[in-house]
Amino acid sequence: MRMSINRQNTHIIPTRFEYHAPTSLDEAIELLTEYGGDARLLAGGTDLLVKMKQRVVEPRHLINLKMITGLTGIEEKADGIHIGAATKLRAIERSPLIREKLPLLHEAVRAIGSVQIRNMATLGGNLCNASPAADSAIALIALDARVQVKGAEGDRVIPLDGFFVGPGKTVLSPSEVLVEIVVPPQGRSSGACFIKIGRTSLDLAMVSIAAAVTLGDEAVEDCRIALGAVAPTPIRVREVEAFLRGKRLTDEVLEEVAAMVSAAIRPITDVRATAEYRRTAAEMLTKDALTRAAEEARRRRG
Amino acid sequence: MRIEITINGRKRQFDVEPNKLLLNLLRDELYLTGTKYGCGIGECGACTVLLDGAPVLACLTLAVDADGRRVDTIEGLAEGEKLDPVQEAFLEEGAVQCGFCTPGFIMTTKALLAENPDPSEEEIREYLKGNLCRCTGYVNIVKAVKRAAENLRRVK
Repeated sequence: MRMSINRQNTHIIPTRFEYHAPTSLDEAIELLTEYGGDARLLAGGTDLLVKMKQRVVEPRHLINLKMITGLTGIEEKADGIHIGAATKLRAIERSPLIREKLPLLHEAVRAIGSVQIRNMATLGGNLCNASPAADSAIALIALDARVQVKGAEGDRVIPLDGFFVGPGKTVLSPSEVLVEIVVPPQGRSSGACFIKIGRTSLDLAMVSIAAAVTLGDEAVEDCRIALGAVAPTPIRVREVEAFLRGKRLTDEVLEEVAAMVSAAIRPITDVRATAEYRRTAAEMLTKDALTRAAEEARRRRG
Repeated sequence: MRIEITINGRKRQFDVEPNKLLLNLLRDELYLTGTKYGCGIGECGACTVLLDGAPVLACLTLAVDADGRRVDTIEGLAEGEKLDPVQEAFLEEGAVQCGFCTPGFIMTTKALLAENPDPSEEEIREYLKGNLCRCTGYVNIVKAVKRAAENLRRVK
């Protein structure tokens, strides 16, 4: 979840800021409207406080979201599972509802950091941090999730695959708050798979993929595929999804799909992996993830 | 800002700047130096404390964010001369080399065993993933956690 090595004094937060702990969403939005670009929202703090220690960001105002009731919790409604933006990753990981209904999200959340990090970090924070490698983001994109946003200009709903703009950047305006994440019901004949390659299991992804596949008789009826750490944002490969509809997952089809994924991604070389490695791994992971998602779909259909 | 934190069972009041980290409050103002500053960026687990019973990183927690909550540190475990069963188990298994990572490991182990009194080796390794030991004493640490679980079950 962190982007740079420990090269500064991380003993303290060197800059002073004014601290706000609003108890309602409206109050938080008022503060955001007043302070705009000088303010940052604090959720779990596992990314933000590191950036503040390293002086990557130096907000003059910090708005803590933890006192706001109604921003946490996991609830199943008719239109899907609603997860409050300030819900801790650990609560999502331990939720029996998520484990049963959204095993893909369970797996992806478990892949984030350590127990300590997951006790602190929130789902909304992981998304708004907008790391290209965010594990929860690719799982939620593959699950067709949308986010509910509230701001000074009103409410809006944004499909998650249109939420990310670039590394650390989302479509949110400075006065908007991510309120909840909604995952629509998943079909009975659908299966999903999450795979992450990291140097150690604690690490940020070098490459990651989440795939959800709905099978017709044997052919793919529908699918969603999202990859992490191979582009400036988590990316969904819609052209690959369109190509796969109505096709069986034969070796030939999988080869073609791998080539299409390779053409769609824009990996870079950084401290974690080379662009070449990422490209090769993304091709292999695509084949594996689709195969395993289809197997799970068959198993669930029974 | 005025805040109140229950630290190792005792309510304490502080007047802190918002940018004060919980770790530095514990170490510099209360001299509870068992909790260590390791990496400062959430990767090593040496600063692990329990916040309302859950293991968190004191180096990435604002003191103001602990207002009204309970914080438990390594210093709160022993009763006088009598060590906590987890501390005993770390000694018995030689799970301590230089000792720098030990408080963090022990606090995380306390939380693990509270959640899961009989963890498998895999579950232990998964739960302790966020605590790094640079003497690489992991084999004995895992043994110590197993023994602590046995000791605790026997006590109950």
